[in-house]
Amino acid sequence: MIPAKFDYIKVSSINEAVDLVDKHGFDAKILAGGHSLIPAMKLRLNTPSILIDISGIEGMNEIKESGDEIIVGANCTHKQIMSSDLVKNQLNILAQTAATIGDVQVRNRGTIGGSLAHSDPSADYPATVLACDAKIEVTSKNGSRTIDAEDFFQGIFTTALEDDEIITAVRFPKVKDGNYQKFYQSASRFAVVGVAVVKDGNGVKVGITGVADTPYRAKAVEKAYDGSTDAATHAVDGVDVMSDHFADSEYRAHLAKVMVKKALA
Amino acid sequence: MRISLTVNGKQYSHDVEPRLSLAHYLREVLNLTGTHIGCDTSSCGACTITLNGDAVKSCTLLAVQADGCEIVTIEGMANGAELHPIQESFKENHGLQCGFCTPGMVMTASDILKNNPNPTEEEIRHGLEGNFCRCTGYHNIVKSIQQAAEKINQ
Ligand SMILES: Cc1cc2nc3c(=O)[nH]c(=O)nc-3n(C[C@H](O)[C@H](O)[C@H](O)COP(=O)(O)OP(=O)(O)OC[C@H]3O[C@@H](n4cnc5c(N)ncnc54)[C@H](O)[C@@H]3O)c2cc1C
Ligand code: FES
Ligand code: FES
Repeated sequence: MIPAKFDYIKVSSINEAVDLVDKHGFDAKILAGGHSLIPAMKLRLNTPSILIDISGIEGMNEIKESGDEIIVGANCTHKQIMSSDLVKNQLNILAQTAATIGDVQVRNRGTIGGSLAHSDPSADYPATVLACDAKIEVTSKNGSRTIDAEDFFQGIFTTALEDDEIITAVRFPKVKDGNYQKFYQSASRFAVVGVAVVKDGNGVKVGITGVADTPYRAKAVEKAYDGSTDAATHAVDGVDVMSDHFADSEYRAHLAKVMVKKALA
Repeated sequence: MRISLTVNGKQYSHDVEPRLSLAHYLREVLNLTGTHIGCDTSSCGACTITLNGDAVKSCTLLAVQADGCEIVTIEGMANGAELHPIQESFKENHGLQCGFCTPGMVMTASDILKNNPNPTEEEIRHGLEGNFCRCTGYHNIVKSIQQAAEKINQ
């Protein structure tokens, strides 16, 4: 399995990257860890004529504390996120989420920016990004903007990113009481169902991945939450539940309720 | 495109097509055929090498991404005739049957033990999630890695 021919450029700054994306438009693809893109290119599902490798951009692989927030550079690997003391102490739910992704080798290469941009309906971070109300920082030749997590995910492999935009970082509020629960696909380790819960005072925020073609905030659960786990019965209210060879929609809907219950406990 | 990299301590420089995978570069350009290609879809882990010390699946990396990096393959583990403690433990514990998965298992084991010098059996099993043994010899693979940890810590 060999990808179609392409040119490769490794850039050292965001400006250089956005200029190239602007110049090449649809023919260009950003390359971060390559652990979603390269398999797709080998299957020729993707045939970009130029790859712009952003992995060497200085500052994009840092995790920083800024006031009440933890700022995670888009190029941070899953491994880096799960082993960061800052993340473990101030945003443990994210470390917990990263540790469930794929396997050792995948976590050594894959990045949070790549995962969010790719937006696989079974990816793990989306649930946690939603439950934390994180903000996604993006840049293009025309400037920078911030996208709220709730506006970011728009469908299967579809996000609010414009074609010329690059994710530079994800801003998370610090989270004391958070918890990610995942039911694994036994082979790939992706989430059949993944549930992130963030508790704050009397309220709760719930992000769910793997269940619908777009990850979502389970607002019905949040509204019904009374401090017990009873609200879990509302996990898929109003949701069009996916069906595939891992789990049909009836089973998946049941699983979603079970996993929400676990995450609320 | 010109790439320069270090493999098993030796410096190499070659012109490669950007679409050449690192696994193919190692096997076909450098003739280091110890790195196996099982699935070519980042599932089986047979192609695992270390890149700047971290285990990665070389079938899912382009050779151009390894430009400037330090790579170790299974051929770089032994010191002359002296096996690496992980290799020695695989030999002593019957950690390989057909041997196809072994190079990847050994390279992943080196990452596991680097990050966690005293892993529990469960941690070893989790660490091997990305490596398949078609002979299903997991029991002795786990035992080999447990013994390797002891040897290295001695
Ligand atoms: C065997 C295997 C198991 C896996 N298991 C899981 C799992 O359990 N859970 C899970 O969530 N994921 C899993 N993954 C996916 C993995 O986490 C990927 O690494 C991740 O989805 C993509 O990150 P990347 O850095 O590799 O991105 P790449 O593959 O480099 O890029 C992916 C896409 O995002 C775009 N892109 C990358 N970075 C940016 C950026 N900064 N701005 C804009 N666009 C960008 C690229 O153009 C491309 O379209 C698995 C992958 C493999 C191979
Ligand atoms: S050949 Fe690379 S993971 Fe199977
Ligand atoms: S020993 Fe045969 S595949 Fe593992």
